[in-house]
Amino acid sequence: MTSLIDRLFGKSKTSANHAKERLHLVLIHDRTDLTPEDLQSLKNRLIAVISEFVEINAEDTEIQIEVEGREQTLIANIPLKSPRTRRS
Amino acid sequence: MNGTVITITSGKGGVGKTTATANLGIALASLGQKVVCIDADIGLRNLDVVMGLENRIVYDLVDAVEGRCRLSQAMIRDKRHPSLFLIPAAQSRDKTAIAPSDMVFLCNELRSEVDWIIIDSPAGIERGFRNAIAPANEVLVVTNPEVSAVRDADRIIGLIEAEEKGTAKLVINRLNPEKVKKGDMLSASDVVELLAIPLIGIVPEDEAVLVSINHGYPVVLNERSEAGKAFMNIGRRLLGEEVPWMELDSRKGLFNRIGKLFSGGN
Repeated sequence: MTSLIDRLFGKSKTSANHAKERLHLVLIHDRTDLTPEDLQSLKNRLIAVISEFVEINAEDTEIQIEVEGREQTLIANIPLKSPRTRRS
Repeated sequence: MNGTVITITSGKGGVGKTTATANLGIALASLGQKVVCIDADIGLRNLDVVMGLENRIVYDLVDAVEGRCRLSQAMIRDKRHPSLFLIPAAQSRDKTAIAPSDMVFLCNELRSEVDWIIIDSPAGIERGFRNAIAPANEVLVVTNPEVSAVRDADRIIGLIEAEEKGTAKLVINRLNPEKVKKGDMLSASDVVELLAIPLIGIVPEDEAVLVSINHGYPVVLNERSEAGKAFMNIGRRLLGEEVPWMELDSRKGLFNRIGKLFSGGN
């Protein structure tokens, strides 16, 4: 976790960096009313629904909330299975 | 006159709302404006002692709302600035003594008499906050560079948006540049990035603030105080002036002060 944050900030982690990182996450959840557990179950259901239409790569599917100012966007990155890996 | 109502709020208690209200009131009055500060924290009266006007109270906000006195009788004139007034909170009542519509009515009456109405909101997101926010034309959110204060500020900013009061402006209070430099305190830009609203002032941590509250002599009256200068700058920005951001390098500040001591001060 520490090394991830270090990479994010590109410097060694000070307590202020840690505070900012924690606040960033907590504000997303406060603003959207979505807990990390909610987000995980949203992801699971999304995978299930989309899989009914097209084959997707469930392991690499990512879902996250992006923050731009006070606007928040739900971003889903859902890789489709390539024709080669697709079962016929 | 068509006065502007500014509500000072924060969510979390103890971040400096009352100090900001008193100092902005004095700053605007000393810039030639007619100002009334309202203590909306009913049951927990405080603005009077911070302004040093506690011995002059006869009537209060609830008396004015309930018609036991004329509005002008509840307005206490400041000792130092004849164009500054305080309407104190009632001490023996609670927040339910007043409704948001009462505050709107009261401020509509005051608007024709003064340039600025500054409302000191109670902490929290309950009735007292709703009362304070109802008549606002502009809202200033005060926070400290510290996790719980920033989190509560974010919540309050969301509620202000929901009340369609426009975008609140941010006052970062008690910033300690030395701690920021050491990486032990969120910087002003960290806080602005997280809360994503426009900044109207950064007030450095300054022991002169505590001393000034002890005396009931708001710090903005102390020309040598960095916090006092910062509050004066916010007053100027409220009047539409473009004021450059203060240099907040603590070491430089210290050397400046030492330099002033040797040169006899100025």
